[in-house]
Amino acid sequence: MVHQHFRLVEPFTVAENIVLGDHRDVGRTFLVHTRAIERRVADLSERYGLAVDPRARIWQLSVGEQQRVEILKTLYKEARILILDEPTAVLTPQESRQLFGTIRAMAEDGRTIIFISHKLNEVKALADNVTILRRGRTVATLSAAEAARRSLAALMVGREVELATRNDRREIGETCLALEAISAEGDRGLPAVKSVSLGVRRGEIVAIAGVAGNGQRELAETIAGMRASTAGTIRVAGKKLKGGDAREAIAAGIAYVPEDRLGTGLAPGLSVADNVVLKSYRRPPASRGPFLILHKIRELAEAVIQRYDVRASGPDVPARQLSGGNLQKIVLAREFSGEPVVLVAASPTRGLDVAAIQTVHAYLRDAAEGGVGVLLISEDLDEIRALADRIAVMYEGVVVGERNAETATVEELGLLMAGGE
Amino acid sequence: MIRIERRLEQPRWLSVVVPVVSVAFAFLLATVVLVATHHAPLHTFRRLFEAAFLDKGALTETIVSATPLAFTGLCAAVAFRMNLFNIGGEGQLYAGAITGATVALLLGGAPSPVVIVAMMLAGAAGGALLAAIPGILRAFFSTSEIITSLMLNYVVALIIDYLIFGSHSYLRDSSGFEASVFPQGKTLPDSATWPSWTIQGLVIPLGALVAVAVAGGVWFLYSRTRFGFEVQVIGDSARAGRYAGMRTRRKIVAVMCLSGAIAGLGGASQDGDFRHQLDPRGLIQANYGYAGIVVAALARYNPFAVLLVAFLLGGLQNAGYTLQGADFPNGLVGVLQGLLLFCVLGGELFIRYRLRFERRHAPATESA
Repeated sequence: MVHQHFRLVEPFTVAENIVLGDHRDVGRTFLVHTRAIERRVADLSERYGLAVDPRARIWQLSVGEQQRVEILKTLYKEARILILDEPTAVLTPQESRQLFGTIRAMAEDGRTIIFISHKLNEVKALADNVTILRRGRTVATLSAAEAARRSLAALMVGREVELATRNDRREIGETCLALEAISAEGDRGLPAVKSVSLGVRRGEIVAIAGVAGNGQRELAETIAGMRASTAGTIRVAGKKLKGGDAREAIAAGIAYVPEDRLGTGLAPGLSVADNVVLKSYRRPPASRGPFLILHKIRELAEAVIQRYDVRASGPDVPARQLSGGNLQKIVLAREFSGEPVVLVAASPTRGLDVAAIQTVHAYLRDAAEGGVGVLLISEDLDEIRALADRIAVMYEGVVVGERNAETATVEELGLLMAGGE
Repeated sequence: MIRIERRLEQPRWLSVVVPVVSVAFAFLLATVVLVATHHAPLHTFRRLFEAAFLDKGALTETIVSATPLAFTGLCAAVAFRMNLFNIGGEGQLYAGAITGATVALLLGGAPSPVVIVAMMLAGAAGGALLAAIPGILRAFFSTSEIITSLMLNYVVALIIDYLIFGSHSYLRDSSGFEASVFPQGKTLPDSATWPSWTIQGLVIPLGALVAVAVAGGVWFLYSRTRFGFEVQVIGDSARAGRYAGMRTRRKIVAVMCLSGAIAGLGGASQDGDFRHQLDPRGLIQANYGYAGIVVAALARYNPFAVLLVAFLLGGLQNAGYTLQGADFPNGLVGVLQGLLLFCVLGGELFIRYRLRFERRHAPATESA
């Protein structure tokens, strides 16, 4: 198995990492025969075109080289079946092409390769047989030769009956959030958002669709001021933001429901009451000057618990003891109470049960009806089609297409999400 | 098979029962040690208790030992609350002692209240400045404050040693023949002696009162102010702090400075309350800074609990001085103190974890 996130010991050499967990010979003896291992590693890397220096230390290697080490690890153990989990996610196009060469060489040797990907062109280029999974179930298995890209996309996304009804007509006002050629880097320092331009108007729900990890999280964080942009400008209600400053974004009226509820959106060890005032503690009524007014904070929390029907035994319970749905209610309640201009919601229904999902959807619609511009980031196309007025699709950090929600078809969106135009 | 697993819930009664059982267990172990070394255990325990709290003048001595521990304990607790591991209480206390003594000597002729207040301010500033170094490094360069604050302890220990033993500094006593053979700090002027109050034979030094006031101040700061709210949020989840628009870097530096200032105040209290000179040897031997970390840990970073734990540990330390003698070696005193600390700190494990006994090869349903 080659994991998407590598399982390597950074200070060790390539050879050491390769024998790690090998219980046949060298791993069993007390002494490690470095020379012998290095020779075998060199043989393997030559045969499969996996160029890597067995004596180099892992931290010195590029991500692509680290992946080769992971593959060498499996080959060294003479694996017959290899599972590659989104191996190209971290590679450049050139590195990907090299990897494809290696995979073909391994297949010719009689090994079985399971290649997990959501990118249609890769699947078409590489696979003999394609199996499509959706929500944990096998949807179809077909040979790659007979599968057209379009039909694959349709199978991936599914053609389900729309559950939610769209009967809401909202007043759409002037632009309240304008992104102009925004670029930002991911946690690894690689470009994650590439020149994204997008506008959200008052009373409008704009959705960003896309498979996770295509820059949506980074884009949301950039808008919320938690990540500095490397280029471009953000305007809220016409006013330009400096960027990279969450306090400025909050003051400008950007509410943000982060993907990571417990840990970013809420402080897990602090009480519900403290979390309710997480953003408003600087202003009255929660505080006067430098001092907190504890009984007011309690009142605010009790009001939230009642109005949003939060199932908690009281305002003093630590946030981590609450269920996901109740946590999200607190986050939403807090974000709405700040009288936002723009609401950025990143995967707001992930991990919630059906009832909680409906509550969250209702809140988002209410916000839009109240004249807030909502930017909804989600992987769930059903959710997006139920809520959004406009849909932008992100792929590898770029907005690859924008569609009107009423006319866009699932096939079309699925194709965009998988990078095929 | 015995397995240790995390408790899902931490019932409140555990935080009382566990320390009590730990202390009892420590005394049990101590009994074994004492019997093995031919000492009467019960008699020894009674002597220990009397020397700490009951004898004439014992309480006064206990307070003398407890005061610096309260300062360094508060120093550690303030920083640890925000997950900032300031191990530099030791060096920050020295720094406060140096600046406090310097100001006392410079202002010698001024009225006593002026000198005393100036010493407090100088001591706090000295500690804060020293603590600012690891604070800034941590905030802006992500350096581990554990390492940097610890290393600075050695730097300041060398500086304080140099001031008295290695040079003819302003702080060194250079009058007369004796002072040149046995180097020591200049005696501070009388106006720099901090007042104390005697209540029925119990002497309460100003430093002890200041420590109580600081504990109250810290409690208020952390539970009733915006600053304290931010510290709690950042300590719990730094990402949540950044999400809420808090200035996490500034807060790190501020908390480190506050923590250092409290230790520095303790250093000034050493000058003014007890030693009346800059006393490197005494300060370095006492290890107040490191003991303060233990105090803070036992008190679970609660400022009032720090005072209580400092008092109890001060008693233990004080009893140790009294107990040791020809028939009771110093090392044995250390063993008893060590056993007690080890058991109480080790017992903390059982508040968060529990033991589960299970038979090998037994079905899972039976072992539960």
